[in-house]
Amino acid sequence: MSDEAIIELRRVRKQYGEGPVILEDVSLSARRGDFVTLIGPSGCGKSTILRLISGLSPVTSGSILVDGAEPQGAVEKLSFVFQEPTLLPWCTVERNVELPLRLHGEGAGARREVAARSLALVGLSERSGYYPRQLSGGQKMRVSIARALSVSPKILLLDEPFGALDEMTRDHLNEELLGIRQQLGWTAFFVTHSVPEAVFLSSRIVVMASNPGRIHTEIPVGLPYPRTVETRQSRDFQGLVAEVSRTLRSVERLP
Amino acid sequence: MSAPRSDSRLSVLARNVMPALAGAAAVLFWYGARLLMKPDQLFLLPPPQAVLKAMVEKAPALWAATLSTGEGALIGFGSAVAVSFVFALLLSLSPIVRAGLYPYLMILQMVPIIVIAPILILWVGAGLASVTIITFLICFFPMVVNTTQGLISTDRNLVDYFRMCRATKAQEIFLLRVPAAMPYFFTGLRISATLATIGAIVGDVFAGNSAGGQGGLGYLTIVYSARFEIAALYATAAVSCVLGFVFVYVVIALSWLALHKWHDSFSQSDA
Repeated sequence: MSDEAIIELRRVRKQYGEGPVILEDVSLSARRGDFVTLIGPSGCGKSTILRLISGLSPVTSGSILVDGAEPQGAVEKLSFVFQEPTLLPWCTVERNVELPLRLHGEGAGARREVAARSLALVGLSERSGYYPRQLSGGQKMRVSIARALSVSPKILLLDEPFGALDEMTRDHLNEELLGIRQQLGWTAFFVTHSVPEAVFLSSRIVVMASNPGRIHTEIPVGLPYPRTVETRQSRDFQGLVAEVSRTLRSVERLP
Repeated sequence: MSAPRSDSRLSVLARNVMPALAGAAAVLFWYGARLLMKPDQLFLLPPPQAVLKAMVEKAPALWAATLSTGEGALIGFGSAVAVSFVFALLLSLSPIVRAGLYPYLMILQMVPIIVIAPILILWVGAGLASVTIITFLICFFPMVVNTTQGLISTDRNLVDYFRMCRATKAQEIFLLRVPAAMPYFFTGLRISATLATIGAIVGDVFAGNSAGGQGGLGYLTIVYSARFEIAALYATAAVSCVLGFVFVYVVIALSWLALHKWHDSFSQSDA
């Protein structure tokens, strides 16, 4: 891991037209290999930050650099995982996973190879011929992650990807996600409402406040990787969960 | 495992035997009604065997008329599907175009065929061309409305995903919007398939003629009713019904082929 910032937000402000200010003076950077989690009350603009980094919508003022380039020019470096699996229901699992490659005009042979590799990473190789409706919620999310990985991104943006899943599945997918990160080494920006999830995954937690959306505090998470089921039982883990929860409660009381 | 199996056996039984029973009941009712009718009314309801006899006797005329109506219905329906698809694509691309054209589509739908038919006959003459155009007009509206609705109702998240992947507009249309619109398209197709034979027969009543060949089922209806051949009228109605079923079943089969693997309108066990 180098110290070079792979994502850098400087004094970012976001406002839709004349509407309320969504983000005010947000400065944030992530180094290669960081796992940064944004947490905060609803409406604090966590998801908006991901949309800005992905280039899906432009900043009102300030600047964003993604691996040294404008977000618009860094498309092939990052992948997005939404809250919903957003799979094409008429395509098989395999066709869904290779979709981004197809959109970029990749040949069929290369697509199949990459899809097989991505599906193996999320442990769904034997489901490649299934249609989304034949899968459970957790499996759909795995396919969505496999699809995001198929473009070999340097940066993964995850917007509450496990929010709709039950706790057991969520914990399990958290462990899997870290395992895949161990192998592939991307940098992650993650949005969640769950404090234990944030602590388990992150190298840094950014606590945000709302009205207007802004950064309140950054809390570094010193727990060593690889993290496992045992990590959740450790005293350090419990302490961090308590600290982040406390901070979050104080943020919610802010005007 | 035994419970679901006996369940499905029951439903197979219900699906095959119940319609047969209902049909038998209808025939009994038919004969029963004749028993209750006054002798001078009996001509209104010829017995089933008389209808069957008429069907056999008039078979050549009925067959030719069915082919003629079928041809008009198929060409009108087919061209309505093709044109409406292109039209729906254009409409889906721009809310402004939609706002401009929708009122006229509605008007087209509101104008009764009975009013348009004489004008059409003046323009293109009586015969297959008029019948086809009338069928086209009847089938066009449900196809355009449903397909357009499907093309613009694409899941917002999927559209976002495509944009984020920097998909081209063509990719967004043909890899996302068109497949996502298929269930809507087939809904329109089913409605139009039902209307197609009705449209062709109604068109034929106004615009069909036997000049230069053979009229269709609508024309035959007029001929038989003028000659007071009641049993033949019933036979024509039955044949029309069968033609309608053929259209609808072909469309249902096509929609099953296109959708059963992934769409919720077909249960998972069909997949």
